[in-house]
Amino acid sequence: MKSRMILFVLAFVVWALLNWIPDWQHLVVGVFVAALVAYLTGDMFVQRPHLFKHVERYLWFLYYIPIFIWEMLKANIDVAYRVAHPSLPIKPGIVKVKTSLKSDTGLTFLANSITLTPGTLSVDIDREKGYIYVHWIDVKDKDVKGATERIAYRFERILTRIFE
Amino acid sequence: MNKTLSYIIGLIILAALFIVILFFTPDIYIFPGLVYLNFVKRALFVLILCAVLCLFRIVKGPTPADRIVSLDMFGILVIGFCAVLSISTGRQWYIDIGIAWALQSFISTLALAKYLEGKDFDD
Amino acid sequence: MINVIHIIGFIFISIGLAFDVFGCLGLLRLPDVYNRLQAATKCITLGTCSILFGMLLIVGFTAAGIKAILCIIFLLLTSPVAAHALARAAHKSGVKLCESSVIDKYEEDGN
Repeated sequence: MKSRMILFVLAFVVWALLNWIPDWQHLVVGVFVAALVAYLTGDMFVQRPHLFKHVERYLWFLYYIPIFIWEMLKANIDVAYRVAHPSLPIKPGIVKVKTSLKSDTGLTFLANSITLTPGTLSVDIDREKGYIYVHWIDVKDKDVKGATERIAYRFERILTRIFE
Repeated sequence: MNKTLSYIIGLIILAALFIVILFFTPDIYIFPGLVYLNFVKRALFVLILCAVLCLFRIVKGPTPADRIVSLDMFGILVIGFCAVLSISTGRQWYIDIGIAWALQSFISTLALAKYLEGKDFDD
Repeated sequence: MINVIHIIGFIFISIGLAFDVFGCLGLLRLPDVYNRLQAATKCITLGTCSILFGMLLIVGFTAAGIKAILCIIFLLLTSPVAAHALARAAHKSGVKLCESSVIDKYEEDGN
């Protein structure tokens, strides 16, 4: 029930933003649409609704956003350099990264962050053993431990505080 | 030797295209009353150049995966095209087309990936 | 009439166009599917987000500007998911890595 309430609020906010500037006709239709969406798909959206009450998780999320944008900019300049270089300085390979995150949302965010940061692309997730397979455009470290320290550590430190 | 030669030829072709786009822009007629016409013309031609590069990879790509990747990227380029048109014409429904295109492109990419993987769709 | 915010918006759009061109060049030049996927996903996602942000600066917080923010959030959430699905599908359908690759842990683990 709580999960459905959260989804209802989220869907209503998105509806109001899509119909900017909202007047009362749009808002009435939006209440019905958001209620329908929440009734149909409410169960699968949030598993642990009690986590939404903690304020410090939102603060950590705000701290996470600028780091993410900075890493994205570095990634783009890196890729542009590699593409424009005449001899294509790449050394690709697939390495394994260990992670301690367990929840679905945390793993999804970790995989997305890995994909949008310099030189790495997540290929598959092994959830039981906690491994992520990562395609790395310039392999610097072949074993699991070194790759984890270079790729996943800086995000995992923050994402653990947000989603676990 | 061969690689260096092809790199230089590609560089010359790209530089020629950019000089044509930036300094000898052809006149285009899209809508009457475009705002910021001088900038928008060049931006539209650069986006068209990107789309042509994507189409080249779609035609040539050795495996089906290459074709799906460049189709996905083509979809994202169309969103940028819609945004530039929305600035220049001042018609706000262009960005609605962009949002709908993003949703549809994402879902079609997921479906094509599942098909490539050789599984059923209910997984 | 020169408006400073409009000029900043046009600078953002120009940066986005440059990243788009580099992404498409990567799509052409790099040797196999995974490298192409990396270059294209990163560069074209940030390029289009930058174009949308420049558009937000130019039109201001009107209806179109709010929709541009929604579009940016949506692109940042969905584009890596699509890339992940495509990479896994390509590996399962038997696309090999290119010859210059040094290691493939995913193949060794029997997937």
